[in-house]
Amino acid sequence: MSEPRGQGAATRWGVIAFVVSTLGSAGFVVAYAVEASPQWQGVALSIGLAGLGAGLVAWSKGLMPQGPEVEERPDIEPSTDEERKTAAVFTRGRRSIGRRRLFGSLLVAATGAFAATILTPIRSLGPAPRDKLRSTRWGAGVRVVDERGHPVAADELDVGGVLTVFPEGAVKSADDQTVLLRVGLEEIQPPPGREDWSPEGYLAYSKICTHAGCPVGLFQTDTQVLLCPCHQATFAVLDGARSVFGPAPRPLPQLPLAIDDDGFLVAGGGFSEPPGPGRWTLGRP
Amino acid sequence: MSVRDHTDTPIGRLARWFDVRLGAAEFTTSKLNYVFPKHFTFLFGEIALYAFVVLVATGVFLALFYSPSEAEVVYGGDYQPLVGLPMSEAYESVVELSFSVRAGLLMRQTHHWAALVFMGAIFAHMARVFFTGAFRRPRELNWVTGVVLMMVGMLEGFAGYSLLDDLLSGTGVRIAYSVVEGIPVVGAWAAFLAFGGEYPGEGFLSRLFTVHVFLMPAILAGLITVHLALVARQHHTQFPGPGKSEHNVVGHRMWPTYATLSGGLFFLIAAVLTLMGGTLQINPVWLYGPYDLFTVTSGAQADYYVLWLQGLLRLMPGWEVRAFGYTITNQFFPGVLVPGIVFGVFLAWPWLEARVTGDRRSHHLLDRPRDRPVRTAIGMAGLTGFVVTLVAGSDDVIAATFDWSIVALRYTERVLLFALPAAVALLTYRVCADLSARGEPAAGPEEAASGPAVATAGPGEGRAATGGGGVLDRLAAAPVSRATGAWRRLRRALVTTGMVAAVVGALADRLRNGRAGR
Repeated sequence: MSEPRGQGAATRWGVIAFVVSTLGSAGFVVAYAVEASPQWQGVALSIGLAGLGAGLVAWSKGLMPQGPEVEERPDIEPSTDEERKTAAVFTRGRRSIGRRRLFGSLLVAATGAFAATILTPIRSLGPAPRDKLRSTRWGAGVRVVDERGHPVAADELDVGGVLTVFPEGAVKSADDQTVLLRVGLEEIQPPPGREDWSPEGYLAYSKICTHAGCPVGLFQTDTQVLLCPCHQATFAVLDGARSVFGPAPRPLPQLPLAIDDDGFLVAGGGFSEPPGPGRWTLGRP
Repeated sequence: MSVRDHTDTPIGRLARWFDVRLGAAEFTTSKLNYVFPKHFTFLFGEIALYAFVVLVATGVFLALFYSPSEAEVVYGGDYQPLVGLPMSEAYESVVELSFSVRAGLLMRQTHHWAALVFMGAIFAHMARVFFTGAFRRPRELNWVTGVVLMMVGMLEGFAGYSLLDDLLSGTGVRIAYSVVEGIPVVGAWAAFLAFGGEYPGEGFLSRLFTVHVFLMPAILAGLITVHLALVARQHHTQFPGPGKSEHNVVGHRMWPTYATLSGGLFFLIAAVLTLMGGTLQINPVWLYGPYDLFTVTSGAQADYYVLWLQGLLRLMPGWEVRAFGYTITNQFFPGVLVPGIVFGVFLAWPWLEARVTGDRRSHHLLDRPRDRPVRTAIGMAGLTGFVVTLVAGSDDVIAATFDWSIVALRYTERVLLFALPAAVALLTYRVCADLSARGEPAAGPEEAASGPAVATAGPGEGRAATGGGGVLDRLAAAPVSRATGAWRRLRRALVTTGMVAAVVGALADRLRNGRAGR
């Protein structure tokens, strides 16, 4: 064991550190009392802590034995003898229980049944999914409303405009949220069967990304794409929100639109596909 | 001095009180005499431990003010820009805590910084244990405990910042729901049970709160206890060196030197975290605004210990597998399968390596990374892949900052995710083999003789003695003369990869008009 060196310096630094620490801690109490900013509180408390730490380190490094000390490593790997002894004790106990096959089997069955009773209450945590993930409140004739619940008139958006809309009566509903866009009618290249889904250049797509469910909210008019800010899934709005870049495996489901006799936008039916990210039963009817 | 002198002091009497009841004297003696090896890399684990203490201390304070409720309220507090806005009670309580509770913001920011440091220290500690082979027999169980600690720590951190119900974290929870929903067969049920229904579910915040402040801290505390108890039982590993062998530990004794030093370290870490908490803004949720199901923000960044998952989600091409009417979802691969494989490899690593090397002996002396080129190369490849996923996780911000095309950047990252780890692995392997062949033996012949597995005896015979002639050793025994040539080839490969990436990036940048830009 070597003698501690530089005791004078260590003592000096230790003294300074502890004095500074005391001042810092006191400073924190003052800063708290006068409602100083978090910056002052943090700096003062930090000085209090740092002084304590530095003092202890100086003490340990300057005034305490530095070794190197040597400790024998305990040999924890047991000898065969000890293991035999343990095995013997265990076996003796097991023999005293005896061989009761039926009893043992019943014990296993009872324990298993009991385990089920522990797991059963997990079912209380939530409802069954059933068809909730595929059903929405959109349907033929359902009015399109904005987030305040106001119906959307056919002259609400200019070309290039975008609006988040919901089915009437379900404002702010998570799975019905829809992004409404207006583009030049002649630019649209609708997928087969959707030729009349976009009156006056209005297009409506599910706002839930088919990748991981984020709201697809960024409409870039120069490239006519909808962009999801989470993982940059990109959908070309002119041809059925086809996925053109990023991780989304499917286009955004499209909502057929119509304009009713009062000049308001209504849905012409439900989404072209169930909205939302992928799931196991996505392709099932 | 007689024994009586020791026991007749106040401390002595107190100790006696306990000893009579617990018989703790012998145990205490051995712990006071416990020797800690000296090396700065042994501090990483301690930093994690002390950051955890700070997390618990600040977390208790925060929990007293946080309100885990989605109920909508209209803000009317001290922070003017949000006045009049509808928000959840949870978000309101966080804003109140930040602006209207004295020392509240200090506690909140210190808590957040401590979480980042906690995970960083765990990663650093794990890297040290990995690269030095400290996970080998007899420490496999402690490696497994540590990996589980890391996994729980990631979840705990994610749960913690998701409680705030701001626009960024709310979006993260939405993604988490989708990943759970995308698990084959059980996904929908799992999501409905975890969240209480279809997104956003029922009362999810109060569940998350219970998990974050009770369940997972209890698990973490339990695992930390096991982790430390196992270390104490088996004693620390140590690097080879003069006087050190497989049968001893050389360093500071617990009492008084190490206890004082480590106590000082605790206060220093707490000091750094408090200073950061007071002066460095983190997660200013009042700027992000309250979470809203259909509002969206760009530039969303997860904390880095989750960011790699976000990166993987982004890197995955837009594929999903459909067969017989069922779907293996896109998000399942990067969100569940890849992390599952990564953690599985982590957990199994001690056994995987022992299988390959055939070395199943106990080791208490650490490897120098250079002497285990294959392991070191694999570790470096893993770290490199991790970094690529981090870059991918923030590539939207990178693209916006440097005015690059996100499309080009993303395609480049997809290539780099595989190319860069492979290149780094080759490079590491060569550097290790070079260093190991040229370097002086770290341990003297005396130590080499005293333990069966001193890793650093000499270029040739040291390796032969190390791994029992496994694949590692045959690979590591590649002739040194080839190293220089391989070096040159590698440099060339790296430069070429970089140039190709740059050209691809520039070309795609030109072509980006008409496609999604930034």
